[in-house]
Amino acid sequence: MGYQTTAEKINAIFSDLSKDYLIYAPKRFVGDGTFTYIDTIRYGEITDLAEIEFAEKSNYSFKEVLLPISETLFYFTENEMKEADAPKKGAIVFLRSCDLHGLKRMDTIYLENGGVDTYYKRLRDHTKFILMGCENSFENCFCVSMGTQTSEDYDAYLKVDGDNVLVDSRWDYLDAALAGATQAPVIADSVTANDTVVTIPETVPQTLFDDPFWEEYGNRCIACGRCNFVCPTCTCFTMQDIFYTDNGKAGERRRVWASCHVDGYTDMAGGHAFRNDKGQRMRFKVLHKVNDYKRRFGTHMCIGCGRCDDVCPEYISFANCINRLNTLVNDTVKEEN
Amino acid sequence: MTELNPYIPFLSKITEVIKHTEIEFTFRMTYSGDVKPGQFFEVSLPKFGEAPISVSGIGDGTVDLTIRKVGKVTDEIFENYVGDTLFLRGPYGNGFDIANYKGKEILLVAGGTGLSPVKGIVDYFSAHPEDCKGFTLLVGFKSPKDMLFKKDFEIWKKNINVIMTVDYPDEHYDGNCGLVTQYIPELMIKGLTDAVGIVVGPPIMMKCTINDLLAKGFKEENLWISQERKMCCGIGKCGHCKIDDTYICLDGPVFNYTKGKFLKD
Ligand SMILES: Cc1cc2nc3c(=O)[nH]c(=O)nc-3n(C[C@H](O)[C@H](O)[C@H](O)COP(=O)(O)OP(=O)(O)OC[C@H]3O[C@@H](n4cnc5c(N)ncnc54)[C@H](O)[C@@H]3O)c2cc1C
Ligand code: SF4
Ligand code: SF4
Ligand code: FES
Repeated sequence: MGYQTTAEKINAIFSDLSKDYLIYAPKRFVGDGTFTYIDTIRYGEITDLAEIEFAEKSNYSFKEVLLPISETLFYFTENEMKEADAPKKGAIVFLRSCDLHGLKRMDTIYLENGGVDTYYKRLRDHTKFILMGCENSFENCFCVSMGTQTSEDYDAYLKVDGDNVLVDSRWDYLDAALAGATQAPVIADSVTANDTVVTIPETVPQTLFDDPFWEEYGNRCIACGRCNFVCPTCTCFTMQDIFYTDNGKAGERRRVWASCHVDGYTDMAGGHAFRNDKGQRMRFKVLHKVNDYKRRFGTHMCIGCGRCDDVCPEYISFANCINRLNTLVNDTVKEEN
Repeated sequence: MTELNPYIPFLSKITEVIKHTEIEFTFRMTYSGDVKPGQFFEVSLPKFGEAPISVSGIGDGTVDLTIRKVGKVTDEIFENYVGDTLFLRGPYGNGFDIANYKGKEILLVAGGTGLSPVKGIVDYFSAHPEDCKGFTLLVGFKSPKDMLFKKDFEIWKKNINVIMTVDYPDEHYDGNCGLVTQYIPELMIKGLTDAVGIVVGPPIMMKCTINDLLAKGFKEENLWISQERKMCCGIGKCGHCKIDDTYICLDGPVFNYTKGKFLKD
């Protein structure tokens, strides 16, 4: 149901909701960016609509709400294990259409591939998603190429329009809370074109895995992993055991974000590692995003948010890489015929 | 009903420890669920972490884990096994399906610790030689000191054809020497069109052996391999084991060669 209401009303609803939910949205953190004079926009708790950064794309995605950067799995003593408690409150997350598609990619890994992940599910089951529209495409976005520019899978859509707030609700609680508000048809803002357009090669022959094409990336990439950390569809982790120094026998096992670009990702006992070359790591990531994942699950993993391009300190463009790869694949096919 | 938390390990009792070498012991662990050769458990030590270890034998209410001492987790297992229990999660992975090999002539080639994940297959056909047309076990170890499962070899030799070789003999050793691949040409395999080859060992050994078996006339679809990769969760979540569109922990570690040959890291 669509409504026209006021910021005041929405903030009052948030205040009621805050008994049961933490509300997360992109916020501006001044002077906190890659360089001290640049702001970052990342997720944080909010209590007021005015705190939300609607005008720009967030540098980091919402994924940390469902997949915390570091998450305690269980506590142990020598002979006992105890599952870490779930947060007492649920979560409400403001996010954009492409990110809602990213949520599905996370669901596929954490709820389907190989069974249900207890920790993800218990957060996911208590999270509501509020769509933020996009009036214009941001820099480096290529959602239209990935087909993620619109999404219907939201609990609510919310747009601040001057003194008015437009809401499309698919959540009983919100419908009840807005019962007195003016009803109005509300359609989510979405873009129909981006400056960045990518063409994805349908298949990339294995013979191109070792192509000199990747060397350039190997020379430039510094294996910092930022492209993975900002990506809403990168979901890898590593487990770590921590023990409390005052009692050597007790501790906890955590999982922390991992990156396929960073050294150590594939290390095995005996000192053997795969993909020592950074160009090969780029190949691994790119093909996972736009080839391997689709072959396994039917959709591309990448949702075209462009955050990896925004963040790379070496100005490596993932979108440009896909387009160049597409040319390389076409040229290779032509040569063979 | 909430689903069981797959990350929390269970306690298993160590019923026996068999010492093969200074750094390789078999731990016989209580476990009574379904399990196949080639599957693996995560041995999960609080404070130290986890290590995926193949099932090297299946008994009545027990599984064997043959562990090589190489680092943080495995050192601790060796030093503290007197504690007589270990935390485990699993079993994970697809494992070997004995049914795929029944009624066929079987050549199993293993290098070193690669014997662990296939030992259950050898045990089975050694106990039921009538279930196959013939079974040859070709195993290579680095040196006589690195030999595993010596007692089992005594039993196997009575029931199946066993060829054991070492790369580096010492003065007391009088058996076969050299790489396993040296012994492939002379093997008499009847009916190559449906003979089965199972190959497990270090990457280079697997590659050379597969090439030799193909050259000998084995069919690709009759060759089976087991892949080792970095693993963390064992349940398709952490991403570490992924190659192309394949998760080794879910779809493997055992692969038919027609699929396994396309796995490129
Ligand atoms: C499916 C699967 C099945 C497996 N089955 C078995 C099995 O049956 N038996 C078995 O023993 N192992 C098996 N492994 C390997 C086993 O999981 C690893 O040896 C184990 O995880 C090592 O853990 P760790 O904490 O002791 O070593 P870590 O402390 O993690 O040590 C590994 C790291 O230490 C260094 N390191 C360790 N050893 C050496 C060395 N020899 N030379 C140089 N550097 C070294 C390397 O940097 C390496 O990254 C299997 C692995 C997989 C994936
Ligand atoms: S952000 Fe850039 S430099 Fe850092 S790992 Fe990714 S591609 Fe490499
Ligand atoms: S790969 Fe880049 S563009 Fe694609 S979803 Fe991840 S961060 Fe966004
Ligand atoms: S070991 Fe974690 S996904 Fe396979």
